[in-house]
Amino acid sequence: MNLIPLNHILIFSLALFGIGIYGILTRRNIIGILISIELVLNAANINLIAFSKTTSLSPETGLVFVLFVIAIAAITVAVGLAIVLALYRSRKTIFADEVHLLKW
Amino acid sequence: MDLLQLAIKTGIYTLMAGTLVFALGVVMLKNLFHAALSLAAVLIGTAILYLVFHAEFMAAAQILLYVGAVITVIIFAIMLTEHIAERSIIQRNKQSLPALLGVLALLVLIGKVLLKTPWPVNPSTLDARVSVSDLGVALMGAYVFPFEVISILLVGALIGAVVIARKDSRP
Repeated sequence: MNLIPLNHILIFSLALFGIGIYGILTRRNIIGILISIELVLNAANINLIAFSKTTSLSPETGLVFVLFVIAIAAITVAVGLAIVLALYRSRKTIFADEVHLLKW
Repeated sequence: MDLLQLAIKTGIYTLMAGTLVFALGVVMLKNLFHAALSLAAVLIGTAILYLVFHAEFMAAAQILLYVGAVITVIIFAIMLTEHIAERSIIQRNKQSLPALLGVLALLVLIGKVLLKTPWPVNPSTLDARVSVSDLGVALMGAYVFPFEVISILLVGALIGAVVIARKDSRP
């Protein structure tokens, strides 16, 4: 950890976050959007671990919350893909802009 | 010794650059299956970065949970809806340019804030080694309430996923 300054890690995870956000905004495929959400959660995890090793008062805090974030990411994927499968079965599409049942 | 440190530093920066390239692949690749594979590469790169931070247990959990479970589920979903992820279909909506500009503005803003903030480095945590038993004590002590909430949430979400994805047998 002493090898790399904290700023470089933060900029790296910021870049990962930006790429993920771009993917969420531009992908048409719902599975693609879910994959991009995983990128964003991963960037947050990197930040949590970097902070827990440098600035935090107790070193376990960041690690514990990384575990929680990983669990929540698993939940996101499970529920999201279940919705995708149900949608594919009933509407025969997985493109986010073709699902406009509730739009005017 | 100096040469070794230089080599380690170069290795870490190369790892970070490679991870970013694979992350671009996740967003840009037309074939969704390839995108999922490069997501696996990004997650493995992140796990190696955790090892650099001496968070070995987190690296193991990342490999097991993300690369083992999440990627498998995603690839299953891609396979089940495969013919819709073909190469010929447009995979990107019409907001590419505004999204790019917005994301760049956001990145510049956050980057400025981030570089101006003086991060107070705590020397006692800098060389602290968190063992797995420390982590377990923290999970069962100070963080027992969020831990239980997460477990209930996990059970509820998994049952909900099964209910949503089940074939409706009623007419």
